[in-house]
Amino acid sequence: MDLAFTQAELDFRQEVREFLATSLPHDLSEKVRLIKRLGKDDYQRWHAILNDKGWLAPGWPLKHGGAGWSPVQKHIFEEEACLAHAPRTVPFGITMLAPVLLAFGTKAQVNHHLPRILSGEDWWCQGYSEPGAGSDLASLKTRAVRDGDHYIVNGQKTWTTLGQYANKIFCLVRTDPDAKKQEGISFLLIDMDTPGVTLRPITLIDGQAEVNEVFFDDVRVPVENLVGEENKGWTYAKYLLTHERTNIAGVGFSNAALATVKRVASEVTSGGKPLAQNPFFAARLAQVEIDLMAMATTNLRILAAAEAGRAPGPESSMLKLKGTVIRQELTSLLRRALGPHALPHQPDFLDGGDNTEPLGHEQAPGAAPAYFNMRKLSIFGGSNEIQRTIVAKSVLGG
Amino acid sequence: MDFTLSDERRMLQDSLSRYLADNLDHERRRKTLDSGAPYDADLFKGLADLGTLAALFPEEAGGFGGTGPDIALVFETLGRAGTLEPFLPAALAAPLLTDHAGLVEQIIAGDSIVTLAHTEPDARYDLADVSLSAKPTLTGTKTNVLYGAQATHLIVSARETGDRLDPEGISLFLIPTDAPGLTITPITNVDGTASAQVAFTDTQADTRIGEPGQGHALLETATAHAILALSAETLGAMEAAKDLTLAYLQERQQFGRPIGTFQALQHRIADMLTEIEQARSAVLNLAGHLDAPRDTRERHVSATKNLVGRVAALVAEEAVQMHGGIGMTQEYELSHHARRLVMADHLFGDVDHHLERFIHLSGG
Repeated sequence: MDLAFTQAELDFRQEVREFLATSLPHDLSEKVRLIKRLGKDDYQRWHAILNDKGWLAPGWPLKHGGAGWSPVQKHIFEEEACLAHAPRTVPFGITMLAPVLLAFGTKAQVNHHLPRILSGEDWWCQGYSEPGAGSDLASLKTRAVRDGDHYIVNGQKTWTTLGQYANKIFCLVRTDPDAKKQEGISFLLIDMDTPGVTLRPITLIDGQAEVNEVFFDDVRVPVENLVGEENKGWTYAKYLLTHERTNIAGVGFSNAALATVKRVASEVTSGGKPLAQNPFFAARLAQVEIDLMAMATTNLRILAAAEAGRAPGPESSMLKLKGTVIRQELTSLLRRALGPHALPHQPDFLDGGDNTEPLGHEQAPGAAPAYFNMRKLSIFGGSNEIQRTIVAKSVLGG
Repeated sequence: MDFTLSDERRMLQDSLSRYLADNLDHERRRKTLDSGAPYDADLFKGLADLGTLAALFPEEAGGFGGTGPDIALVFETLGRAGTLEPFLPAALAAPLLTDHAGLVEQIIAGDSIVTLAHTEPDARYDLADVSLSAKPTLTGTKTNVLYGAQATHLIVSARETGDRLDPEGISLFLIPTDAPGLTITPITNVDGTASAQVAFTDTQADTRIGEPGQGHALLETATAHAILALSAETLGAMEAAKDLTLAYLQERQQFGRPIGTFQALQHRIADMLTEIEQARSAVLNLAGHLDAPRDTRERHVSATKNLVGRVAALVAEEAVQMHGGIGMTQEYELSHHARRLVMADHLFGDVDHHLERFIHLSGG
């Protein structure tokens, strides 16, 4: 065995580093570093920079404007981008919808939608969960009834992340209410500006309106917006969820968060000495770092298997479990490290530009909100309870 | 051994609970927060009229309580209802205001708020870490002053002699908040409670609390009372979070049945209930030793704050997780309790601080 990256991979890492050093705008990386809230413009600016370089869609084939990277290359880019505090790439169009279209869509759908995702003309959001369909997603009730050349859609989606910026939504809808619940679902593309679509923001525990409810009231959707075959949507959804779960370990995010906690612990004092020298805090920090070192290698083992063409099994569920727990623990450590400084709520700083002064420490305003916000990691994309069930079933059956 | 409440205490608990049930719900609390007001002044006055503040002071000071069990009972009830109103300052100030009968009378009536201005920006949780100087006027900065922008008076810790971390040489002063040389910047905390940063510039300090240079022991006593109050409030918030979670596990249907029928969640709610009972016992331990000799009392202070802090984080995280997305929304009551549960660890020393302190107090 050999834990080292190949020379080609090392060269690639260097290329990514140089690109980030020259092309990532400082004001954007400062926002990310300080856990400020990014707006639509921030994301679109970064997308445009990546697109100019041909790196916006790492997994797409070159002929569609993708980077055509291997799983290891994608991982290297993620790691470097996180350490440089680059904004995350908004996944809904690039890593969620596009792979489904490439696998199951028509040529016309691929040729129409992929360029618009790259150019930023379309911002997609995801219409999966419903108030009554969370972990039990297949019980979803939003109805689509065929009426000539259209489907008439009625129902409600929820937890639609960044839906307030989107002009398009891909939805799972029920087209056959009489079939077994997984077998009557279709995958439908809907314009958000179609009459009958309304959006209501949901303010989360950290004060941020990051997710939305989306209501459909007699919304007419052209039948050519169906992806694949009618009533086969569950298959496509499962395919999409496996794509959502690549990089679910979030090793890059955790490495960056660990570096931030270490820096803060060296800057704040406890009993007149840097907190980093306090054995109680140091023990907590070391424990997470040890877990992260091992998890990073688990992640690479699964990447290597993927490069060899093996489909991920329950390992991706294990990565989600470990990865989210580590990320959440790191947000908890940042909050702890800041001590009393973590108490004040500072929305003006989080929403503001460079001109607002933080109270206490520059990392203080973002710490508690990030801790609360990141509780979502163990809830969305298949809750950690669902992941445990997947892992158990893989060895126990049932 | 008797863990039952006296009739008087039971009556107080009943009347407080009833009043809070009638006058505070999540919608009203959100309205208060959205209005920009630091708290609901009518609710505060109503609770004061019921004797909530009087229960925090002994009879000789004009109250009808002031013991550990009184403090625990009042704050658990407040915490269960999720109040934002300024009761914690009274718990802090009560042991320091034995010579200020007139002021105590105003506090009990809800007409004055006296709060402690002690934590300095770089002091973290060390009670002895005081740099604000008294030479003899006060100059320096205090932060995390609970309800500092609403207070009528501050009890300020200041250094008269010794180095920054020296327990000796700290003095306490009572200062009206309209004194010249005070700049008070209001803060809203992440959990919705009000706080302030207070800058002192040559502020006149004429009224001493306690003997010169002997403030550290008084700070410990005040903090012991505050930690009991905050731990009991946290216990109440745990109970509220637990009740919401239990109800949700029975209501929420997924895969054709209530999610509470899944053993994976049953075991977790069982752990949560067990840990909350531990927290209740830890609060009782401190309540029962609040008037014990210093070393005994302080061991209980640190033991209770450590255990309650650990359980509070567990309850907040598990309650949110068992709810799923709905538990993360501002609209749903759990989010308020979850924020209180987690952020209480950042006041008066967190779990690590009190673990370390417990080891020292135990001769380690």
